[in-house]
Amino acid sequence: MPAFRDRYIAPSEITPRASFERRRTFLRCAAGAVAAGLLPMPAGAANAADTVALRARRSARWSTTEPQTPLAKLLAYNNFYEFGSSKGDPALYAHKLPIRPWTVVVEGLVARPRRFDIDDLLRLAPLEERIYRLRCVEAWSMVVPWIGYPLAALLRAVAPLGSAKFVEFQSYYDPNVVTPHFFGFLEFPYVEGLRLDEALHPLTLLTLGLYGETLPRQNGAPVRIVVPWKYGYKSAKSIQRIRLVEEQPLTSWPKAEHRNYGFYANVNPTLKHPYWDQSRERRIGDIFKRPSVMFNGYGDAVASMYAGMDLQRNF
Amino acid sequence: MTASPPPSRLPARHLTLVKTVLFLACLLPATLLVEGWLADTLGANPVEAVAEATGEWTLRLLLLTLAVTPVRRLSGAHWLLRLRRTLGLFTFAYGCLHFTAYVWLDQQFDWHSVAADILERPYIAIGFAALVLMTPLALTSNGFMVRRLGGRRWQSLHRSIYAIAILGVVHMMWQAKDDLLEALIYAAALTLLLGLRGMWRNAERRRQLSTPRIPPGPSGRKVIRIVAK
Repeated sequence: MPAFRDRYIAPSEITPRASFERRRTFLRCAAGAVAAGLLPMPAGAANAADTVALRARRSARWSTTEPQTPLAKLLAYNNFYEFGSSKGDPALYAHKLPIRPWTVVVEGLVARPRRFDIDDLLRLAPLEERIYRLRCVEAWSMVVPWIGYPLAALLRAVAPLGSAKFVEFQSYYDPNVVTPHFFGFLEFPYVEGLRLDEALHPLTLLTLGLYGETLPRQNGAPVRIVVPWKYGYKSAKSIQRIRLVEEQPLTSWPKAEHRNYGFYANVNPTLKHPYWDQSRERRIGDIFKRPSVMFNGYGDAVASMYAGMDLQRNF
Repeated sequence: MTASPPPSRLPARHLTLVKTVLFLACLLPATLLVEGWLADTLGANPVEAVAEATGEWTLRLLLLTLAVTPVRRLSGAHWLLRLRRTLGLFTFAYGCLHFTAYVWLDQQFDWHSVAADILERPYIAIGFAALVLMTPLALTSNGFMVRRLGGRRWQSLHRSIYAIAILGVVHMMWQAKDDLLEALIYAAALTLLLGLRGMWRNAERRRQLSTPRIPPGPSGRKVIRIVAK
């Protein structure tokens, strides 16, 4: 079989960028045609035309200029336990995530509780591209060009009451969607949370896309939260419910293993973590680790929120 | 269905062949890792992939080493014993690769950081202890050392493999981040291998204890029969 003789791809076999982009245009048109009812929806087409382009203006103020992690790695290395506990599982199984139609219920201590359709969310505020560092508690990191707008825009639309102190996020979960077997303490649906001031911080991004397109499923489609100064588990994926509450919510990881995961989860290189040395991290794509930075390098913008707090205890 | 039992001995020629195949098979995971590293097919985090694969192969080979005695006893294929040293030495070799991946790729030979890691994180300490305990077993695996120590002392030294196996499985379980499924499979395999030994040992002991308790006299013939057996 000559096709297997050489694992390297000849330059002549690489799709030229122009035709690659034509394919994207074709898929978008096809998706449009399907949506308009012109074509019958073929089985599996939802996956092929999974993501669509999003126009967004880059926010230079909130973006890093560090090299971005290639898209292929963002798609292949995910923690999304609803679709398996291995890093490669979500890429294999997240196609089962039904992303349309999708509504996000915003409720609790708000003056105007509301259900947002995903299209409402895409139009609620101008989309920005923000290139953030993402630091996982497992001591690896990435640089991701997200697309979204501050969560504050959504929260303003529902008008939190004075009694609201925390925001709770609940992720998609369907026990009927079969994923690889999993034997641990983590419970679903996944729950995350932020203090209200953290949720209103301009860095906290209601995220709808990455790399110029809507979110791929394994990265938390169709809408997630991104909190760049905290460990990745705070950035909940595939959000279906947002609740404003008075008490600090009992979030999933601290509930499962309270000694290893805290509610605040600010990136903290001085933290003594029982599993992973937090003083260094491996940027995906690198072999060797680099030093980690307090608040993942966003200290200038966020440190004042934690003035006077013992971050070793409130980890 | 009449399956003929496996031969208890193999002709020398066949044994050499089996040993060669086993040797090459044990090299295969490391070869595939090197190949995957060079071809960049180990995924987004190749260092993690190498650390995990070498650790898992250490445990698998350790369990295979421990399986030799029960399988030999159950099947009667006594020549299997001749493969045990190869399996044991490859267990140690993969353990060393695992440790090397950790101190080099993860810690960049920062020995202060390695020491702090061992002191601060029990699962690292446990893995390290397992590797340290394996070292004398690897060093005394050759025929010269067996003769020098004498069979009984050699055997009691090499019994530490049971403790090493338990440490290895605990090391894996402890850092199996909220998914214990895989670690529990290893734990179940080890429980089976150690459980069989325990069962056989108990049966042996019971037989030995029961022999002198049989009172002399009218049942003397029975004693003689047991002894004769």
